[in-house]
Amino acid sequence: MSLPEALRRRPWVGWVLCAVALALLPFLVEAGLGRTWVRILDFALLYLMLALGLNIVVGFAGLLDLGYIAFYAVGAYLWALLASPQFDLHLPFWLLLPLGALVAGVFGLLLGAPTLRLRGDYLAIVTLGFGEIIRIFLNNLGAPINITNGPQGIAGIDPLRLGDWSFGRTQHLLGVALPATHLHYYGFLVLALGTMFVCIRLQDSRIGRAWAAIREDEVAAQASGINTRNVKLLAFSLGASFGGVAGGLFASLQGFVSPESFSLLESVSVLCMVVLGGMGHVAGVVLGALMLSILPEALRHVAGPLQQKLFGQVLVDPESLRLLLFGLSLVLVMLVRPEGLWPSPLRRPEKQSDEATAAD
Amino acid sequence: MSLLRVEGLKVSYGGIRAVKGIDFYVGRGEMVALIGANGAGKTTTLKAICGLLRPVAGTVTYEGRPITGAPSYGLVEQGLALVPEGRGVFARLTVAENLLMGAYLRKDRAAVALDLEHVYGLLPRLRERRRQLAGTLSGGEQQMLAIGRALMSRPRLLLLDEPSMGLAPLLVKKIFETVSGILRQGVTVLLVEQNARLALEASSRAYVMEGGLITLQGASADLLSSEQVRTAYLGE
Repeated sequence: MSLPEALRRRPWVGWVLCAVALALLPFLVEAGLGRTWVRILDFALLYLMLALGLNIVVGFAGLLDLGYIAFYAVGAYLWALLASPQFDLHLPFWLLLPLGALVAGVFGLLLGAPTLRLRGDYLAIVTLGFGEIIRIFLNNLGAPINITNGPQGIAGIDPLRLGDWSFGRTQHLLGVALPATHLHYYGFLVLALGTMFVCIRLQDSRIGRAWAAIREDEVAAQASGINTRNVKLLAFSLGASFGGVAGGLFASLQGFVSPESFSLLESVSVLCMVVLGGMGHVAGVVLGALMLSILPEALRHVAGPLQQKLFGQVLVDPESLRLLLFGLSLVLVMLVRPEGLWPSPLRRPEKQSDEATAAD
Repeated sequence: MSLLRVEGLKVSYGGIRAVKGIDFYVGRGEMVALIGANGAGKTTTLKAICGLLRPVAGTVTYEGRPITGAPSYGLVEQGLALVPEGRGVFARLTVAENLLMGAYLRKDRAAVALDLEHVYGLLPRLRERRRQLAGTLSGGEQQMLAIGRALMSRPRLLLLDEPSMGLAPLLVKKIFETVSGILRQGVTVLLVEQNARLALEASSRAYVMEGGLITLQGASADLLSSEQVRTAYLGE
């Protein structure tokens, strides 16, 4: 019996293989590329959660949000303020994660409520402003009463902790040493898979259909009896809460937050992941997020040495090269595959088959 | 008793007073046309009735209850359905998904499935194309789909906004035949049209709107032969 046949007979075999591969990944990556790369994987998983959250707003509900990173910032600073020496508070993660989702969700409502009547470019401008306002606030809340430490940021943030298990240092499980990077990988993986699951379920739900209707035609959606105000607000606040959770995890992973991590460029990067992967398609967004968070890092590690070898010196700074290739790849994708690299199979614009099949 | 009664309705749209105080009614089971030139305030009137715009003054009464300024989602539940102008269909959803969206508020799944069959029976082209994305349909099919979607909410009053817009004459004729069929099944229709002849031929009574006011009203047959309507709206 060949492997594909075995997979067809027992679909769970495929799932088990996937699970084993994902479980071994950090060890393989560490052995092959070094521990830095496990950390890059950790960040890729964070971006994945962020992109999935933004996909709810942009992909499902069709509301262009250019300030999404603000919710990431809210989540990160909430964790930083409540689990660091800043105010000498050290709340546990099981309180901080839901609280981050809640507070970011409220900020989502704050952004959503005044922008309900706006669409397209106008909405984009307002959300962009919102993102900048949050960042500037964080930058300036260092005085007269010091809350955020201003541009210096907050350091010494508590790592994720499960009971006595701190994700911040190496732990031993059944004789296997699990360094902090690996522990974070597993923790984030569980949350990322959970996020994917929730997104897929949401898309198929009544709410998901209402979002799709608003995205396609708002007046027709209203005429179909959809309470567009509530459904839009829900998209904003749900998307924001995903960003808030990712932000909290970011703070715990870094141990340090400062306003400069939450620039407009970050918002744009996350939006690029959604657009490049395939707006509204969960698998596509996952692909986009992984690609855009891992490939630039690969480039960073390859571009410098390669130039050194070829030309004897580094001609183009890898960081500028990264942005150049980033822009180039976006232009290319928009020209060749405007629906993204992996669009939802049903939603491709080409003519569908006319045949009427019996089953429905 | 009239199904819908509009009294002293004034609506502003984009800072302009588009409807300047109009009165009319629609009786149960009849088709009433609201005709007039582009910009006369017809669409604004429809939007105000179904809760998409908030009137400045006046009252709208539906089935004896005041519904002035009520949100659109509540009105759909009460059997008031709008077919928006310009064939508002959900372009990147399939035909079947579009139709089911019309039943968004309904919980009675079995009845929804029956109604879907009923709509497919009424509009067979939609059955053939039910797996196709709505955006790939022709203009006439999209208009049919918009009507079919409205029917899926089981309306007692159907508000039709410019169903003939941008369609070839043959298709327009088909759409009007479909609407007449819907009327025969007991659904009351309020039709907004620029194509005065078609609207007057299909309806039993009509109101002529001009500059936000109703200038003429009466039985459609009488209007069709009136000198004023013939010169201004029928191009004779």
